[in-house]
Amino acid sequence: MAITRDEVLHVARLARLELTDQEVERFTEQLSAILEAVDKVSELDLSDVEPTAHPLDLVNVWADDEPRPSLPVEEALANAPDREGNFFKVPPA
Amino acid sequence: MTVDTLRLTAEEAAALLERKELSAAELHRAYLDAIAERDGELNAYLRTVEEADGEGVPIAFKDLISTRGVETTAGSKILSGYVPVADATVATRCREAGMSLLGKTNMDEFAMGSSTENSAFGPTRNPWDPECVPGGSSGGSAAAVAAGLAPWALGSDTGGSVKQPASLCGIVGLRPTYGTVSRSGIVAFASSLDQIGPMTKTVRDNALLYRVVAGRDPADTTTVELPQPDELPEREDLNGVRIGVPRELNEAEGIERGVKELTERTIELCRELGAEVGETTLPRSVEYGLACYYLVAPSEASSNLARYDGVRYGLRVPGAGVREMYDRTRDAGFGDEPKRRIMLGTYALSAGYYEAYYGQAQKVRTVIAQEHAAAFRDFDVLVSPTSPTVAFKIGEKAENPLAMYLSDVLTIPSNMAGLPGLSIPSGLSDGLPAGFQLIGPQFAENMLFHVGHALERAIGFDYVPARLA
Repeated sequence: MAITRDEVLHVARLARLELTDQEVERFTEQLSAILEAVDKVSELDLSDVEPTAHPLDLVNVWADDEPRPSLPVEEALANAPDREGNFFKVPPA
Repeated sequence: MTVDTLRLTAEEAAALLERKELSAAELHRAYLDAIAERDGELNAYLRTVEEADGEGVPIAFKDLISTRGVETTAGSKILSGYVPVADATVATRCREAGMSLLGKTNMDEFAMGSSTENSAFGPTRNPWDPECVPGGSSGGSAAAVAAGLAPWALGSDTGGSVKQPASLCGIVGLRPTYGTVSRSGIVAFASSLDQIGPMTKTVRDNALLYRVVAGRDPADTTTVELPQPDELPEREDLNGVRIGVPRELNEAEGIERGVKELTERTIELCRELGAEVGETTLPRSVEYGLACYYLVAPSEASSNLARYDGVRYGLRVPGAGVREMYDRTRDAGFGDEPKRRIMLGTYALSAGYYEAYYGQAQKVRTVIAQEHAAAFRDFDVLVSPTSPTVAFKIGEKAENPLAMYLSDVLTIPSNMAGLPGLSIPSGLSDGLPAGFQLIGPQFAENMLFHVGHALERAIGFDYVPARLA
């Protein structure tokens, strides 16, 4: 199944990627080839098969509800590209 | 004393420390000297740590394992300069066992790749032939162990990223049962598949390192306690072991002749060592495994990599508004492979496609798990080549993502089922190492170590790369 240039641009928008024209061209071609390969899963009739989301059958993993110290503010902000006081700073929305 | 880091196993290194024939600081220094001598060519390490901070055998970590105070990039520009404020659980466990950190090893960006060429910091080269790739994505860890730049290392495996580079570099690599090793503090790629695994010169070293990192971690609710304690393998026979040879994994298109012959010789050795060997089948697992994986893993990746937005850590490229800042940061920070997978995953999860792609892939995953479970009714262990090929040339597959994906065609099916797999060298094909994998049911690591150890002894592979010996 081929993916169109417009679809690549749409997906890039959803994924918050600002692609260059060259990237759009390259990815349209490569993603079409990959989609054609993965489309193989559609050959199988699996209407009566349950999906697997996770390899282990774990249910209700509980943790004790005990207060613990959380990450100190200075450590949480240690890698911030920009900050103001105790906040992460970003350009206007 | 002089330490031959090319030959020394971690077990032997521990014995030297135990007998006080050298200190942990001297041992650490010996590896740093080897790195200074050989890593200029190989680029296995992204950074090293000068001071030994433990009394035990040192170790190297793939650069997606968070290390407090030591930069951790996952091979990506978008995490360049990122210094974790906490250790990953596996790093804590290694430190508590006395291991000092030698450094952080190179990898395909966000563990996406099979050659380590997708690193934002340049490719790693194969110690057996520097014109060739070391495999990937844990190529830095594999090359470091093979070239005597670390006694052992940790890698991570999503579709084959421990087993395949171990095979291409002539070392031993374990992808553990999903849920036995904590992922807390690991840079996430595909959370239902990612597992941390030991990369070592010998099977016994592998069991020793697995013992340190395995077990339930309250910080990762997908982890479980091991049903049986990890056992160090001793026996050198395979009496009573039932070994299955899945036809599709051993006759898949693209398996090189040399690799196939070495695997056949290994299977013959199984018989000679007393195992009961029989043919079995995984009809749809191999045929549909790769397609299933390239829907599930990118879908999970597109969600996991949404966090890299230039707000809290990592790269930020300025923009007029926050939206422009996000888009520019992500375009500049991610390389081609993460972008392809983010877009593929976003597409597979988007309205109108979800059922046909992601939903269908999850059902294929059930089929794969059921087929493996059926094979394990008759057999204790399955065997096949790890990678269809030996190490390929740098650049050979760089422009063709699909050709690169086929490197993992034999490791992916059991990974989808959450099963453990151990890759062990089977010999040399045209001077380059080939490997076979042993696959077991969930929590069968002790059986894999037992069978692997016996075969390793019988094969007698010399893990020191000929050109460095």
